[in-house]
Amino acid sequence: MENKNKIVHAIYDDDDVLLKAVKELRLKKYVIEEVFTPFPVHGLDKVMGLSETRIAITSFIYGCIGLTVAILMMNYMMIEDWPQNIGGKPSFSYVENMPAFVPIMFELTVYFAAHLMVITFYLRSRLWPFKKAENPIPSTTDDKFLVQIDNYKSESELKKLLKKTGAIEIILKDKKE
Amino acid sequence: MDNYKFSNRVRNFSVILMVLGIIGLAYGFLSAPSSLEEAHAMIADGHHKESEHSEDILNQENNSGNSYSYQKESSSDHNDHGEHLLHKLQNKPWAALYVAALFFMMISLGTLAFYAIQRASQAGWSPVLYRVMEGITAYLLPGCLIVFLILLLSGFHMNHLFIWMDSKVVAHDEIIKAKIGYLNTPFFLLRAGFYILGWCAYRYFSRKFSLAQDKAKDIIYHKKNFRISAAFLVFFIVTESMMSWDWIMSIDPHWFSTLFGWYVFASMFVSGITVIALTAIYLKSKGYLDLVNDSHIHDLGKFMFGISIFWTYLWFSQFMLIWYSNIPEEVTYFITRIEDYNLPFFSMLALNFILPLLILMNSDYKRVNYFIVMTGIIIIIGHYIDVFNMIMPSAVGDKWFIGISEISAFMFFAGLFIYVVFKEISKAPLYPTGDPFIEESKRYHY
Repeated sequence: MENKNKIVHAIYDDDDVLLKAVKELRLKKYVIEEVFTPFPVHGLDKVMGLSETRIAITSFIYGCIGLTVAILMMNYMMIEDWPQNIGGKPSFSYVENMPAFVPIMFELTVYFAAHLMVITFYLRSRLWPFKKAENPIPSTTDDKFLVQIDNYKSESELKKLLKKTGAIEIILKDKKE
Repeated sequence: MDNYKFSNRVRNFSVILMVLGIIGLAYGFLSAPSSLEEAHAMIADGHHKESEHSEDILNQENNSGNSYSYQKESSSDHNDHGEHLLHKLQNKPWAALYVAALFFMMISLGTLAFYAIQRASQAGWSPVLYRVMEGITAYLLPGCLIVFLILLLSGFHMNHLFIWMDSKVVAHDEIIKAKIGYLNTPFFLLRAGFYILGWCAYRYFSRKFSLAQDKAKDIIYHKKNFRISAAFLVFFIVTESMMSWDWIMSIDPHWFSTLFGWYVFASMFVSGITVIALTAIYLKSKGYLDLVNDSHIHDLGKFMFGISIFWTYLWFSQFMLIWYSNIPEEVTYFITRIEDYNLPFFSMLALNFILPLLILMNSDYKRVNYFIVMTGIIIIIGHYIDVFNMIMPSAVGDKWFIGISEISAFMFFAGLFIYVVFKEISKAPLYPTGDPFIEESKRYHY
């Protein structure tokens, strides 16, 4: 009770055990603040109850932007600004010359979708160059899994539950003010 | 686990399809012209009903300048052209039969390739679908034999699908003459027999080992199946490519494309995967295959999506290079298709690429049976039109029409396909219980 303003870090050494533990904790109505893992654990987002990612929607939008940019760019360069005779067919029409532009349309769609999606992901995850790592213990980048719980009613009860779910180590840390 | 029971409804449905198909095909063959006069009458009838500009078409048809009277006393050039026209009209029911026969045979062959890939890669997700795939590949033998029969009848000059089989044509054609070492009827049929024998032998042994594995104590049959599957894939990719030159590309003996084999492969592969998904969803809706969950359907959906794009990639690679270089002997192929086959040519692109792309792009939609069935039907129609576009322009020229012959041929082969496939599925347990990966497949989730 006296340690109510401490953060609990439970450390696991197996992803299957971790998955079961997270399920168990959520069943007992604990709010899991964050889970640190060395690799993406399959199905963890579902058992943590995280809301569905919207990155696919942004990717689709970025792809559409890329396609539009490609069309406008090729139309300006090859048809309007400096009309080109494409494949011996000097029609000077975008639609009639489209087969020649399809590879560029495709590439820019992919290019925009991929790069803007990565940038969006970095912004959304608050990642930038030279940022200090947030993981509490370095071994979560090696072979350990860490579950962080901020709010709980009874420390001893939580500890008992964590031990039961297979945590190999439980660390208490002061909350940063 | 209960076996699938071949229900009377499915049997009756397939038999009705076959009977209607045979009636329609008989009508198609009987109404084909048997002489020059009839052919001219058919064209004239058709055009008189239309508006004034039909006269232009008629004149082009006739190639005889400013009159369109069909008297026989005109020049020999006129008669040659008339004979050409007659052959095209006589070809129409044959070509309709051939397109449908080839299409359903290729569904089965594409499924066999998919099945062999699952076996050779020892896939963990798919074993619950093996019996469905084995059911679909059961059609391979009858399907191949029918195609072979049509090729044989072409060899006996019952039709003019393959103009290089006609010695009168070859006599005046330097290009075909140069290819005669490869394109001659005995060697052609010998090759066809060789491909069919190889494919059907693999299918026979793989099915045998698959059934034997159910009762085996060790995994010896699984290993055997792995080995013959890997060997089959090597054999398949060579023979499939040659099959596409022989059975499809040689209809246009002057034209050639180096990636044609891949293009045909992509078409049969996506059709095959689609039919696996449709059959599995049908069986699920009847209360069978309860172990096939939405993750399996999701995976098949991903394949349908991916291979549709792969097909478009190959189609476009072939099209763009030929369009860009504009070499007369190559580009005629696409000029015929764009001018005379505008609607099927471009609608095929929408059906095979744009609609599957947009419908199946969302990950969640691939888990919904309704979307898979809808897209599946679109893909099946689209790839039928794809095969149609491969065969028809050279076989019947601008005299194409999706009419009684075409629909009947499709119905007949669809009926036969459904009958053979569901009959075969009913013969064995629905899951390969002895497969070492069956547990992984049952628990598969995404």
